[in-house]
Amino acid sequence: MSASVIIFYCISALILTAGVVAVTARKIFRAAIGLLFSLIGIAALFFWMDVNFLAAVQIVVYVGGIVVLIIFSIFLTDQSGSELPKPILKRQIFSILSVVFAIAFVCNLINRTSFYHSKDIFDTSVKRIGNAMLDTNSVGYALPFEVVSILLLAAMIGSIVIAMKSKNTKQEKLK
Amino acid sequence: MLNEISITHILFVSTALFFIGVYGLLTRRNLITILMSVELMLNSVNINFVAFNKYLFPEKMDGIFFSIFIIAIAAAEAAVAIAIIINLYRSHQSIDVEDASEMKY
Repeated sequence: MSASVIIFYCISALILTAGVVAVTARKIFRAAIGLLFSLIGIAALFFWMDVNFLAAVQIVVYVGGIVVLIIFSIFLTDQSGSELPKPILKRQIFSILSVVFAIAFVCNLINRTSFYHSKDIFDTSVKRIGNAMLDTNSVGYALPFEVVSILLLAAMIGSIVIAMKSKNTKQEKLK
Repeated sequence: MLNEISITHILFVSTALFFIGVYGLLTRRNLITILMSVELMLNSVNINFVAFNKYLFPEKMDGIFFSIFIIAIAAAEAAVAIAIIINLYRSHQSIDVEDASEMKY
């Protein structure tokens, strides 16, 4: 058993336990911290798979952006110390049953499939990614890149408009 | 350079993570925690894309690009969702999905 195998199992254990904490913790702040560690574990898994650029993006966008946004919204909305209500027992049991069945089903399916492992070298240098991203020929990604940038602009304006306090709601509160 | 872990093990991990997210989606009643479950599911899909790219088609880069675009779209989705949640909290003083049922009509 080599070091990389041990590292892989450690990373997967971190991802799965933190993920379980994120969906089962009764305190919402604890759930957010569980999500944080799960995302860090996924970034580590990307490092382990030699995709350094994607791991960096994962840390910058998810750990530095989305989790911080979620924690801010927890502070803005809920009392971060209060406990979430316990899920209904019947719903919990059936959810666990369906999830366990689904995991077993999919893992069985994966186990039966034989994958052909290619022996080529996996080159993911930032130079190659950048060249492909702004390339306009058939293997380039210039069009999706532009579309995503417009989508991000639209999402930014949309979220500002939605979260903005309108004058009507202020007047309603005064009444 | 390549390690002895086959793609099957990575797929097991991402499957388990995806269904952990599904479990959270089914049991949680709080909008922020539901959003967190959705993020977990999106991330497990990213793991799948990168693993298939690395082990089966290392000469191409489509999996990496799909992951990058998924991350970008997830960031946009989280921003809009949190704006909606804050707006909902302002009008209902609660972010429980049961209290927001009038949005259906």
